[in-house]
Amino acid sequence: MANTKAGKKEDGSAPTGGVPTMSADNGRRALLRNGLLGGAAFLVSQITRPFVEAYAQAPELDRPGHEHVEAHGGMTTVGTVDHARNGFDPSVILTDWDTGRSGETSDGKRLREFTLTAIDKEIEIAPGLFFPAWTYNGRVPGPTIRVTEGDRVRIHFVNGGSHPHTIHFHGIHSAEMDGVPNFGRGMINPGEGFTYEFDAFPFGSHLYHCHAIPLKRHIHKGLYGSFIVDPDPALHPEHKEAAMSRLLGAPENDRWQELVMVMNGFDTNFDDENEVYAANTIAHAYMKRPIHIERDRPVRIYLSNMVEFDLVNSFHLHANFFDYYDHGTTLTPTHRTIDTVMQCQAQRGILEFSFEGFEPGQYMFHAHQSEFAELGWMSLFEVVA
Amino acid sequence: MSERSLGMPTRARWLLAVLPLGLVVGLVWFYLATDPLEPLGASAPPVEELTVERSVIDDRGFHLHVRADGSEPMRIAQVQVDGAYWEFDLEPAGALARLESAWVHIPYPWVEGETHLVSLVTGSGLIFEHEIPVAIATPTFTLSRLLAFALLGLYVGVVPVSLGLLFYPYLKTLGARGLQFLLALTIGLLAFLLVDTLQEGLELAAAAAAAFQAQAVVWLAAALTFLGLLVAGRRSGQPRGAALAYFLALGIGLHNLGEGLAIGAAFAVGEVALGSFLVIGFTLHNITEGIGIAAPLTQRRSAFWTFVGLAALAGLPAVLGTWFGAFAYAPQWAALFLGIGAGAILQVIVEVAAYLSSLASQDERAGNWWSFTNLAGVATGIVVMYLTAFLVSV
Ligand SMILES: [Cu+2]
Repeated sequence: MANTKAGKKEDGSAPTGGVPTMSADNGRRALLRNGLLGGAAFLVSQITRPFVEAYAQAPELDRPGHEHVEAHGGMTTVGTVDHARNGFDPSVILTDWDTGRSGETSDGKRLREFTLTAIDKEIEIAPGLFFPAWTYNGRVPGPTIRVTEGDRVRIHFVNGGSHPHTIHFHGIHSAEMDGVPNFGRGMINPGEGFTYEFDAFPFGSHLYHCHAIPLKRHIHKGLYGSFIVDPDPALHPEHKEAAMSRLLGAPENDRWQELVMVMNGFDTNFDDENEVYAANTIAHAYMKRPIHIERDRPVRIYLSNMVEFDLVNSFHLHANFFDYYDHGTTLTPTHRTIDTVMQCQAQRGILEFSFEGFEPGQYMFHAHQSEFAELGWMSLFEVVA
Repeated sequence: MSERSLGMPTRARWLLAVLPLGLVVGLVWFYLATDPLEPLGASAPPVEELTVERSVIDDRGFHLHVRADGSEPMRIAQVQVDGAYWEFDLEPAGALARLESAWVHIPYPWVEGETHLVSLVTGSGLIFEHEIPVAIATPTFTLSRLLAFALLGLYVGVVPVSLGLLFYPYLKTLGARGLQFLLALTIGLLAFLLVDTLQEGLELAAAAAAAFQAQAVVWLAAALTFLGLLVAGRRSGQPRGAALAYFLALGIGLHNLGEGLAIGAAFAVGEVALGSFLVIGFTLHNITEGIGIAAPLTQRRSAFWTFVGLAALAGLPAVLGTWFGAFAYAPQWAALFLGIGAGAILQVIVEVAAYLSSLASQDERAGNWWSFTNLAGVATGIVVMYLTAFLVSV
């Protein structure tokens, strides 16, 4: 009852010192009265003591224990999110590659065309908890754009939202195509559109996001997504095997179980702190529906961090270790055999690991910031033989 | 025969009242139907308010009694405890309409003696926090505990008032001037209690759901109680002697109800150290009250049973207070009681002052009401109460 405290005083120590005098008119009588009052007070405190002590110990009351409280299931969001109403499902987002419409440029290059529309949309980020998001194509994170190194990428951006937005792609491109205010086309007003065009380079696990100002607000409202550029094996003869395994559609890639995860957070009460943390938006989504992993096939995760207001995010895998490719721009690991990786905002990388030979069962992975884990960024792999 | 004097039949007179009433209803309907605020673009999101009125802690976890207080129904979507989403159960389930209340049951393995923070997350992502300063199991309602709290109330209320009344034989030996000093002292202590009670009431009111307008309720309850008691007390002339003493006892009793409340609630939220300290502090404090109650009786002989009655009236409400505070606490009700207490105390101040002034006018030697003796008495009363309260609030 802290907010509704009935107690007169905040705290206290034992009463000490003399008892105040009633009046100072007669010293002897005052002394007598003091003695009387002091004696009475002492008497009362003696009478009360056993009562107070009995309460302090309260032996007949049960103590809370884990036998009473479900220790495992206790820490969770309650209920289920209506993914159909949201229009996207985190379990589908994991493997939902958008390779665009294929075509050919006049100079014979392969062309990949996409349309991204900014849409204001209220989304359910935890059961019953709604966030007034800004989205690309109605989903957070936006579509996972996946192309191959050297492709011509053409993005038709339509701003169907209520605020000016842009798309800023991580990658190498001209200043014109940077998607930032005041350069090139700059901010795209509501109802307007713009086509961003560039060659996909370098290969790696990248990002795109709105770069309109105020930047913090535009990003944490949900305008971001993964932009994966697969390596062209012909350009990397020294690591052909690795490049082939990354190339979507190649037989070498087929045996991999590839997943995309954007670590994000939501500040629901505008206090510049997130109330919900997740991988792919929905708190505890993969706790409630664990991600199925076939034990004998290797796993590759395209991981990125789009959390706002916090310096870093992290990924920790239980009972296993992974190789890590920082930014995904190398074909040999930048870290080998680690079980935790830290990412600054907009940092990303590729994780490769395998549960081959492992006992089937549920294996956790989560942010190794306990706070993030307890606020939703906590997940499970269901490894099946 | 008034209808005839108005020149109208009874039915027509009745119509005269119905017509404006009908117009009022029509006006409200028109306002709701046409929505005159619409051009102002008043489509702001609903303001959500949630008040935690009571918290119970037991071996199954936390149980919060919450009341919604916004313009639109609100939904508790999720609950965080100590910054982690936690399982919970709403009773009744579903959205809360304005001023509707519900219990939020949270099975949480709390740590005894430690602080926990419960955050209630609404559907729109607003957060209402409730701190549990010292986690300790809430006393449940059992006969033995009821008796224990009764005993506690007796220690705080009846015992010190009785101790104060024991000064009666000594008070009788005081002369007219001594009596006036004593009455002035009573006014001083009552003035202190008035301020204290009002302050306490307003503080509690601030913790209640805003729609109750509990702060206004405190003032209104005080004003109505004051007027009611004044009228009741003066039906057979200005109260003096035993009657005045009884009014004193009633006013002080209502104040002691508030003190009992504070102690009971302190035990209920686990602040046992505070609770026991309040017991000792209030006990000291209340001895003075007993002396004040005895003051109007010194001019005549009084039966033993009068003193028993006075002690009961001034002291027993503390028992009710501890029960209420420990088992059935709600800030808006507590605020109401304290408002009533303040009104009762104000009435006694007025009556004691009137009595003192009539004494002063009878007694030429003692001078008028604005004597130095009386000023010293009032000042002493306030200072004594302040000092004992200071002890309580260390
Ligand atoms: Cu934007």
